[in-house]
Amino acid sequence: MKKATIQLEALACPSCVQKIEQATKSLAGVEKESVKVLFNASKVKFDFDAEKTSVEDVEKAITALGYVVIKSQVKDK
Amino acid sequence: MSVLQRFILSKKNHITLICAILIVLGFISGLGFNNETVATWSLAIASILGVAPIAIQAYQALKVRVVSIDVLVTVAVIGAFLLRNFEESAIVTFLFLFGAYLEQRTLNKTRSAIKELTEMAPESALKQMENGVFEEVNVDEVDEGDILLVKTGAKVPVDGTVLSGVGHINEASITGESVPVGKKKDSGVYAGTILENGTLQIVADRVGEDTTFGRIIELVEEAQDSKSEAERFIDKFSKYYTPAVLGLAIITWLISRDVELAITLLVLGCPGALVIGVPVSNVAGIGNGARHGVLLKGSEVIGDFSRVDTIVFDKTGTLTIGNPKVADKEFYADDVREVLAYLASVESESDHPLANAIVEYIGDIQLRRVERTDVVKGAGIVAYIDGHRVAVGNVALMEREDVHLSEKAHADIARFGKSGNSLVLTSVDGELKALMGIRDQTRPGVREDLQKLKKLGVKNLVVLSGDNQGTVDLVARELGLTEAHGHMLPGDKSKYIEGLQSKGHIVAFVGDGVNDSPSLALAHIGIAMGGGTDVAIETSDVVLMNSDFSRLPHALGLTKATAANMHQNIVIAVGVVLVLLASVFLSDWMNMSIAMLVHEASILVVILNGMRLLRYRL
Repeated sequence: MKKATIQLEALACPSCVQKIEQATKSLAGVEKESVKVLFNASKVKFDFDAEKTSVEDVEKAITALGYVVIKSQVKDK
Repeated sequence: MSVLQRFILSKKNHITLICAILIVLGFISGLGFNNETVATWSLAIASILGVAPIAIQAYQALKVRVVSIDVLVTVAVIGAFLLRNFEESAIVTFLFLFGAYLEQRTLNKTRSAIKELTEMAPESALKQMENGVFEEVNVDEVDEGDILLVKTGAKVPVDGTVLSGVGHINEASITGESVPVGKKKDSGVYAGTILENGTLQIVADRVGEDTTFGRIIELVEEAQDSKSEAERFIDKFSKYYTPAVLGLAIITWLISRDVELAITLLVLGCPGALVIGVPVSNVAGIGNGARHGVLLKGSEVIGDFSRVDTIVFDKTGTLTIGNPKVADKEFYADDVREVLAYLASVESESDHPLANAIVEYIGDIQLRRVERTDVVKGAGIVAYIDGHRVAVGNVALMEREDVHLSEKAHADIARFGKSGNSLVLTSVDGELKALMGIRDQTRPGVREDLQKLKKLGVKNLVVLSGDNQGTVDLVARELGLTEAHGHMLPGDKSKYIEGLQSKGHIVAFVGDGVNDSPSLALAHIGIAMGGGTDVAIETSDVVLMNSDFSRLPHALGLTKATAANMHQNIVIAVGVVLVLLASVFLSDWMNMSIAMLVHEASILVVILNGMRLLRYRL
């Protein structure tokens, strides 16, 4: 299990949080309970199984929603 | 997402501006020149252009099965467009886009305080490469155990230990204390602090988010996005609320066959202010705290702390400095300097806290050679200097030494004792020469700060201490506390707090976070006077940086203001929706444009209201 933090460009609308949360949770390999979207810090934090998905997949899903990823960080848990 | 979609989203601000121009053009040509064709066309184009980015966002949301506010607005605009009501469709899209723009701008302001904090994080480091040369690398590339070079004026990139070199470091970002601290081999250094002079080579012990500074940032970030019970409810509510509005609009349309009414309902039902109101107050309040050296761990903490009615203080290190000092002194000799030289010489051989206080008080003095010292357990020290027998200790030691105490000396001893002093007497060759009263002094300004807490509505101010009751009573009287309890072990303290809580009091406990963590954890609100220490950060709900007691009233006032601000925002948001709902059914002036205007205005009002917290000062 790995732990990832993705920094996004400043989030402004509260429904963004819902969208990003849903998009992240719907990916196989992402630990659903761990997904946290920090509205004010504009960050997404989650745990994932490196064999099933990667941080790039999540970044892609978030970018597809129209949000800009600034940087991401992955750590072993 | 296609390139076109991304292009449209990235040009949202331009689109907003073009919409505004087209709308103005439309109205001028329609009303001023009676040119209906130009008016219709410009408003229609403005609608299509304006709804594009909103529709894209709505589509993306629907793809992940979220009925977002964009969906409501898109449906409403398309409805108005099909009804050939271009005036409304254009104005609604413009207001929605412009509102979003203003929201972004103002939200950035509310977040600015925390941004200042995160921007203090170090970004690069000079790392020793395999060939022994130091090269500049991104701070993410530094691992534990790496050897780094820190030059004058640079930020320390990690928590580490000095290997070589000397210098002074400004640790304000960690402790709030801006007086530079001297560092030499084996000193600990902290990420985010600034080397004001000298050059240091350090070895990295903790990097990135594990450093003290990284943990403070993470704590504040998590805190500003933490959710209270009420917020979680609103979140759940809004998840079903937007689809419900959509449903309601469809039902209205089916029953009344009035498309105009149905789409007005869609716009009016947008939940903006309700969803954004509480987080905005939260982030502004926590941001204000971070700027003033008060770390508040989340909105739950804000809610509890704002209702506190009893504050329990640990004495040593909290109300007092925790560092005993010579407070009173009397001399019974003419050659005071001589006596002080003897006293300093004897005491500098000891590491007893009272001895330290005396050495510190006397300061620089020519020390004499001490020939022989005998420690008398529980009484003091007897030593020989220049052939004189010097005894330093308590009254019992003086009796043992057969030192005659004059009437004045007896009176002085009684007086010093009454002020809560520990006594140190000095005799030379069996004659009393000096009497010193040493006590832990109360922090300057604490009395005034406690008064402020009372004014803010705290009813009970209690001090608990392991010291004897007399000393504790004295501190309580001096500082104006309402209750004082001595002879308390850490276990007794937490039991006492439990008792208060079972009586229905909301209790905050203020301690140094070292030996009173059970009490910190047990109280509704645990407040640590930690200079950014790990324990303090972990176990408490509120951290006062740099152990600055004067920040406590600010913290309490701030949480009260923040809690009130949240309530105001909820009232504004709910009130606006209720008024809009009532007027759509009861009045004939309500339409889609007015609904959107009021909706956007209410969002800005709650954000601006939240922003007031950034300027809060007690």
